[in-house]
Amino acid sequence: MSSTFETVAGIIADTCDIESDTIKAESHAINDLGIDSLDFLDVAYAIDKAFGIKMPMEQWTQEVNDGKATTDEYFVLGNLCRHIDALVAAKSG
Amino acid sequence: MRLEYFQMVDRILDLDPAGRIIRMEGDVPEQSPIFEGHFPGHPILPGVLMIETIAQTGGWLVLATLRFAAMPFLLQVEKAKMRSFVSPGQRLETTARLIHDGSGYAVVEGSIASGGKKVCDAEIRYRVVPFPNDTLRGQMLETARRIGVAEEYFAHA
Repeated sequence: MSSTFETVAGIIADTCDIESDTIKAESHAINDLGIDSLDFLDVAYAIDKAFGIKMPMEQWTQEVNDGKATTDEYFVLGNLCRHIDALVAAKSG
Repeated sequence: MRLEYFQMVDRILDLDPAGRIIRMEGDVPEQSPIFEGHFPGHPILPGVLMIETIAQTGGWLVLATLRFAAMPFLLQVEKAKMRSFVSPGQRLETTARLIHDGSGYAVVEGSIASGGKKVCDAEIRYRVVPFPNDTLRGQMLETARRIGVAEEYFAHA
């Protein structure tokens, strides 16, 4: 079974036409990989489908806008995968 | 349908947010300035307006699902196929299914049929955001009543 990161990296590579080698756990989806908001929505949709979850992007955006979190918290892929794992665990729990 | 005003939905036939499906009907007008240019001597409904028809139909489903708490704006069109010409005077039946209710976005699959034959299908994605002002919200509610959206789906209005 693929790890969460492998699945997310595969989605990003396919959706955004980015070389897999350049996608790292420490990569920031926007600042490092150059994914724009429209493409990120494609990524979010693919992640929602792949993991059977609903990433709370509105809540995350609000937290960033309110200064309660940095974009690193949700856009650095290692962190994003941690949130995905938590959502999957919450769903199955 | 009033093409010049982008009124693509005449009446709701079925609306079932719990079942994630909507069906609507619309009559392509016999006359429209659009047909003067598209095309001279061969009037047909522009494919972009078929896509718009699916987008509006799915949009009403999203609005009803959210009880008019937020507005879906067209974001992306995928896998659109215009399968047949649509002429002035044809009646169209459009069906849309909500296939994903995301956070801040929604995805529907829709199709248009006329005379039992599929003429167009597409996947539509919307960005779903708070209404930008009360004018738009009020207008959407007014239109919803006109086309037959049940009042029970106005809960947040």
